[in-house]
Amino acid sequence: MTEKTPKPTFAAPSRRAFLTASAALSASLFLPKGLRAQDFPTAAVNTTGLAVTDTEVTVGILHSVTGTMSISETGSVQAEKLAIEQINKMGGVLGRQIKFVQEDGASDWPTFAEKARKLLVDNKVASVMGCWTSASRKAVLPVFEQYNGMLYYPTFYEGLEQSPNVIYTGQEATQQIIAGLDWVTKTKGAKSFYLLGSDYIWPRTSNKIARKHIEKLGLEVVGEEYYPLGHTQFNSVINKIKLKKPDVIYAIVVGGSNVAFYKQLKAAGIDMTKEKPLLLTISVTEDEILGIGGENIDGAYACMKYFQSLDNPNNVDFVKAFKEMYGNDIVIGDVTQAAYLGPWLWKAAVEKAGSFDIDKIKEASPGIELPTAPEGYVKVHENHHLWSKTRVGHAQADGQYKVVFETSDLVEPDPFPEGYQ
Amino acid sequence: MTDFPSMATGRDGRFLNRTEMLGAAALALLVFVLLPLALDPFRLNLFGKYLTYAFVAVGLVLCWGAGGILSLGQGIFFGLGGYALAMFLKLEASTPEATAIQSTPGIPDFMDWNQITALPGWWQPFHSLTFTIIAVVAVPVIFAFIIGTAMFRRRVGGVYFSIITQAIAAILTILIIGQQGYTGGVNGITDLRTLNGWDIRTDEAKTVLYFVNGALLFGCLALAQFVRRSKLGRILIAMRDREDRVRFSGYDVASFKIFVFCLGAAFAAIGGAMFTLQVGFMSPSFVGIVPSIEMVIFCAVGGRNSILGAVWGTLLVNWAKTTFSEGFPELWQFGMGALFIAVVLVFPDGLAGLWKQHVEPLFARLKPRPSAPQPAE
Amino acid sequence: MFADYSWGELLSIFAMQGFAGLILFSVFVLMALGLAIIFGQMGVINMAHGEFMILGAYVTYLVSRLFETYMPALFGIYFFIAMALAFVVAGALGMVVEWTLIRRLYKRPLDTLLATWGLSLILQQLFRSVFGPREVGVTIPQWMMGSLPLTDTIEVPINGLFVMVLAMSISAAIYVLMFRSRWGLQVRAVVANRTMADAVGINTERTDRLTFGIGCGVAGVAGAAFTMIGSTGPTSGQLYIVDTFLVVVFGGAGSLIGTIASAFSISQAQSILEFFLSGSMAKVLTLLAVVGILMVRPQGLFALKLRK
Repeated sequence: MTEKTPKPTFAAPSRRAFLTASAALSASLFLPKGLRAQDFPTAAVNTTGLAVTDTEVTVGILHSVTGTMSISETGSVQAEKLAIEQINKMGGVLGRQIKFVQEDGASDWPTFAEKARKLLVDNKVASVMGCWTSASRKAVLPVFEQYNGMLYYPTFYEGLEQSPNVIYTGQEATQQIIAGLDWVTKTKGAKSFYLLGSDYIWPRTSNKIARKHIEKLGLEVVGEEYYPLGHTQFNSVINKIKLKKPDVIYAIVVGGSNVAFYKQLKAAGIDMTKEKPLLLTISVTEDEILGIGGENIDGAYACMKYFQSLDNPNNVDFVKAFKEMYGNDIVIGDVTQAAYLGPWLWKAAVEKAGSFDIDKIKEASPGIELPTAPEGYVKVHENHHLWSKTRVGHAQADGQYKVVFETSDLVEPDPFPEGYQ
Repeated sequence: MTDFPSMATGRDGRFLNRTEMLGAAALALLVFVLLPLALDPFRLNLFGKYLTYAFVAVGLVLCWGAGGILSLGQGIFFGLGGYALAMFLKLEASTPEATAIQSTPGIPDFMDWNQITALPGWWQPFHSLTFTIIAVVAVPVIFAFIIGTAMFRRRVGGVYFSIITQAIAAILTILIIGQQGYTGGVNGITDLRTLNGWDIRTDEAKTVLYFVNGALLFGCLALAQFVRRSKLGRILIAMRDREDRVRFSGYDVASFKIFVFCLGAAFAAIGGAMFTLQVGFMSPSFVGIVPSIEMVIFCAVGGRNSILGAVWGTLLVNWAKTTFSEGFPELWQFGMGALFIAVVLVFPDGLAGLWKQHVEPLFARLKPRPSAPQPAE
Repeated sequence: MFADYSWGELLSIFAMQGFAGLILFSVFVLMALGLAIIFGQMGVINMAHGEFMILGAYVTYLVSRLFETYMPALFGIYFFIAMALAFVVAGALGMVVEWTLIRRLYKRPLDTLLATWGLSLILQQLFRSVFGPREVGVTIPQWMMGSLPLTDTIEVPINGLFVMVLAMSISAAIYVLMFRSRWGLQVRAVVANRTMADAVGINTERTDRLTFGIGCGVAGVAGAAFTMIGSTGPTSGQLYIVDTFLVVVFGGAGSLIGTIASAFSISQAQSILEFFLSGSMAKVLTLLAVVGILMVRPQGLFALKLRK
């Protein structure tokens, strides 16, 4: 990885923002900036033998830095490290500096489970920020439940899960999908859809929800298709799309396939800026556009909760701090932002509970608000997912999205959606 | 493969010669005494996982070292064995009470997510533990038998066999991922809890499983040694070195190859089943090409001609991988790559070869001269 | 499924689909030619073939950045320079690898597999350390990304055409090299009988090194070309390896014509199946058919008769 060493003077704007925002928390829960460790004796705030000392608390970072998934997970690692840096600059959590142990999941699910166990059993970490794919989360989930750990999981995912030991900081499928479909039917008058995805659980579940919703709206799905992960030839499906002439291509292609798909789509003469058909994706963040090339995806729409171009003070500070730490060329995608929320949400939960104990954090988490989030205000739901707004971005040739739509209210997370299963 | 001196086997008629006895005793000491004493349950479980790969490596010694057949698809059998057991465990975990939240309670969660409303017929027999245990070995062996018959009867060998097995591994992976309603897809079959009511997730259970795993491994080692010492073992080596001469001598070369390939598959399958038990899930990432090739490297590091060496090699590589990736997560691939190259260029007979060349002469020198004359080996 | 469409639509779709098949065919040919030389002629199983392709892709990336920064006026033609450079770089690395690694292993083909797998791991990590774990975006000159509209529905992608022309010219070049040049004669002599070739004064070591280098160089060019249609990341090379080996083995090792024939049949089968089935099933069926045929006819489509 090509990280720069963090500069010492970067956290001030965020801190200010955080403090203003913290005032919103109810007074009894609000803990002022000058928290001192001696006010919270270790024996009292850590009754279960976690790695908490009088001056330090250890957390784990568990992502792939090798293997195919390192493409996607690098941003999350960077965001989590940034958040930890900033929290430490502000005085840490309950007066304790955060130290992290980073482990490599190596894009291999048992390795994730193994490392998760190591972090919980050997390092006794107070929480873990980590995982990216559903498969890795499924692999570590029993470990977290068995050893009672806390996982902050950043990716938008298929839902159908709700564990007391996980805080899902990304959106579950219905949050991400339904608002986007409503928008495209209302403003663009779309009538027919072609669903396309990589062949695994997230695209399949998401497309299932999309199909149900499209049919509820009385509209038509003219095709649904899946290609193996890593597939690089999409000319046949592009021909099928041309034959069916859908209004919208709904694409959930991931990884290296993404690049092949968009380049071939463009080469086949489908000009997305003409919006005939319109392309709506939920899998291409700014991170992916780096590999695809902005000129190849210019004109597509993406539906997620965060875009780097989001114009609010929190985000301006966040983007600035991120670039100061990792260089000016870096881009920030939806998942990276969600990963950034992890340490902050954990900090808020610890301070609300007044303890590092996992059981108390679990109990304290629902209802936690984070007005400083770069995406804007978020709140933890009873089901451990986040209330968040959903936005539609319009891809520009420079690799950024222009936000063209935003839900007026926070969308409720619903991991087990009635009527969509 | 003629540039490897064939191993000296069987001439003295004993099941284990002196050094092999020593080696086996040392391994038993390590696996059954030293590791359990030295390690906490977490690390012990980790070594238990490594040992499940050793099953595959031992099978590869027979197929590749002795028989000259390099299969790049051992992950197929490891996976099939693991999946068979995982299906049983998943059914046990999917009681109607535990899955009450689903739209169809009582079926595995991933089926419910894929709108499957009844357990498919071919899952039904996996309610029975007896059937499952038979299936763990039988399904991979039958599969190996079909592949082996199709290929060896037509005298497909060497590189072609390797590439075709690799392709089959790729096909199986795509199939498992594509049919996620029935197989759990890319996530695999996860969240396995109990074996006939016995919670396999506790530290005690994991320790017990570790010892069961060790015992099974030694059983397989004994069986492998038996095969190697038998006439069959010598025919295999003869085939590896001069296949046509064996054929001209009237032996049915293909049958021997099929047999040893099936045996290797059975070992791999047992390893896979033990893996499922100890790790708690099974996923298609153990069926594909990368794990299959990694398993070959375990065997090569240990020494492709040495049954015990395969176990040592597996333990060493995996231990190095874990330590290395904990210490330098971004660099361990360099180490792995260098190991692959070194094992081919510098020590083609692996650890076993190094031991023979460098350590055994030391022993010989230490030994007092005038005592009983050494049997010529 | 065709009832809803007019004949004109169907006709144009079939034309487009045929063209998609041809593009796939060209991609397969490009992927496989380098390997056909290395595996077919030398018997070396080069598992790092995909990484040599990606090396070519990264070279293209670097050249594109160079032109963007220093010679924006010439950006439209940088691609040709990048391809030439990709050939040189990948070929040079190939010759180094042959000299340090492969030449010690000619008698142990299965061991070349392990050693080159190790090499592929090292190269992947090297790419990751140098270029970062993320994919890099290679900017393609605008004129290459468009399409030529023939009718309303038939549009010919220019990058597809480019890949086709490239596949044809490289095939032709290799044909000329193999069958019309002194080097080709020597390679064929070494393949047919190494000892005799040595005895009649052919420098077999030099021939081997050059052959391996050219094979890797061709992989580099393929990689450069694939920046137009695929991704460039540290592990992108692995996506190609199974397909590539199957194409070569299916064609019959040692036969370049066989490689082309097998690339054609596999690509057509896959492209047609993809049109009627879902992508995953099409892939499985194609692979199954190839494996099935190989089991019945292990020597592949075209077998080279050799005295071993």
